Amino acid sequence: MRISRARTDILPYVLLSPAVVATLLVVFVPIVQAASYSLMSFILWKPRARGFVFLANYRAMLSDPVFWISLKNSLVWIVGVVILQLLLGLGTALLLNREFAWRGLARALILIPWVTPSVLTALMWRWMYDGNAGVINDLLVRVGILKEYFPFLANGKTALGAIMVALMWQGFPFFAIMILAGLQAIPLELYEAAEVDGAGPGRKFFRVTLPLLVPVLFTAILLRIIWVANSLDIIFIMTEGGPGYSTYTLPLYSYLKAYRGMDFGYGSTLAVTITILLAAVVAFYVARTLKSGDQL
Amino acid sequence: MKGERRFFRRLLTLHLPLLLVLAFALGPYVWSILTAITPENERDLKGVSYFPDHPTLVNFQRLFGAINFLSNMRDSFIVSASTMIVGIGITVTAAYAFSRFRFRLRGVLLVQFLAINMFPVVLLLIPLFMIARVTGLMDRYAVLVIAYSTFTIPFSVWMMTGFFNAIPRELDEAAVIDGCTRFSAMWRVIIPVARPGIAATAIYVFITAWNEFLYAVMLTSRHVRTIPVALQNMIGEYKIEWGLLNAGGVVSALPVLVLFFFVQRQLIRGMTAGAVKG
Repeated sequence: MRISRARTDILPYVLLSPAVVATLLVVFVPIVQAASYSLMSFILWKPRARGFVFLANYRAMLSDPVFWISLKNSLVWIVGVVILQLLLGLGTALLLNREFAWRGLARALILIPWVTPSVLTALMWRWMYDGNAGVINDLLVRVGILKEYFPFLANGKTALGAIMVALMWQGFPFFAIMILAGLQAIPLELYEAAEVDGAGPGRKFFRVTLPLLVPVLFTAILLRIIWVANSLDIIFIMTEGGPGYSTYTLPLYSYLKAYRGMDFGYGSTLAVTITILLAAVVAFYVARTLKSGDQL
Repeated sequence: MKGERRFFRRLLTLHLPLLLVLAFALGPYVWSILTAITPENERDLKGVSYFPDHPTLVNFQRLFGAINFLSNMRDSFIVSASTMIVGIGITVTAAYAFSRFRFRLRGVLLVQFLAINMFPVVLLLIPLFMIARVTGLMDRYAVLVIAYSTFTIPFSVWMMTGFFNAIPRELDEAAVIDGCTRFSAMWRVIIPVARPGIAATAIYVFITAWNEFLYAVMLTSRHVRTIPVALQNMIGEYKIEWGLLNAGGVVSALPVLVLFFFVQRQLIRGMTAGAVKG
């Protein structure tokens, strides 16, 4: 289609300008600010001590034991939650991919945890884990797994794992739906061909389904890593990092520095560090999405 | 005989496992509702009770009476609706441009919108706090609308570009041949056709704003208090009133769940499109 050339040349930029200007103001200006705060001594209630210290915050971070604990917890958190969500999501997707009468209903209900506010997720699970009247304790005692009530969130050994289960609950529907869409895109003829060759259900799964699902799984895993790595509200409400530092993750540490300590310098240093650590995953995801050419 | 065996096999390999998954997905809600309707003294007396002897609505009455939860709901609604209107208003033309035009900076800008959606909240939170302080926007509705647009703008651009891509270009061309300008072709023809996708995006934006906690707790305090912050405030220093808290939680999730069910199909189509082709 040929419309007057000059007008089509500027029109897209005109149409884009509100969104671009808005993101410049609310995202890019703050990022530059955050980067500069990370080089400053900047505690909100100590205005006199404010000033550039250059890399001193980063140096302090490297010798800060809490930073290393948080980094380690973050890795456990990301790997653990993503694997839990992936396995449950994959299982759910395989079930939902079969034909049965209440499939639409089941698929809609499965999504409920995913739209549940993080605050509510955290409160519900905190209540279910309760050491005095928690339903999880009651059930485990009834089944005989536990002898007596156990304070899951108040014990440094179990707290992080307990929160991971809560985040698995909130996030597995996303995997289920992504994988389900991938399953439905697999042509039926492939299964028929495998059957003709005498393949059983196990063989069909490992030789047809799984290989064709790899790209979808890969994209979903990358997205989840980024999301799980950044999610801290559930930890914040369930334990605030405790007991001790046992549930500190990097974003939570950064948030607590800013929110509780009003230490905007060191808080920004931690935030910038998280961003840099995640940049590789983000770059990988962006490159994949662009290569798929869907939007481009 | 054969039919019966088939039925049992399906029961064991399909219906039962799925029911277990559903029990896991919905169990916390069931427990939450049961907790909300159990009188506080009954819980103190018996500990865990699976069904209250004397179910009560007193927690819900207190929620809307003494606690004034309605004003929290109003704050949440104002913030979420404004975030939705501002977010969609700013991005709908951008998404159209990405979908319909090929121009020099297209790739860079598209990547930019994809990448900023992935910045950690904590990175933007501190600067936004300082901006809010300097501009006097602290503790107002506007500050949350601004903060939320940091993630709603990139999300909406990306989602709606996908929805526009699904509409054939011939429609634009036909409109232009009929005498529309390029702009009015977008405004009068394409945007109305894309309405279901735009609505799904808008509702998702509304839901994320309704659920948001971290920015809200940092940037607002007395004048504006959205539901997530109000719920968190109900956690007392030494005793938590679980009945009241669960009542509040269920009430706050309800509008979101209802909205979500209207748009779930459309929304899922938009979100999974990229992943499946990738």
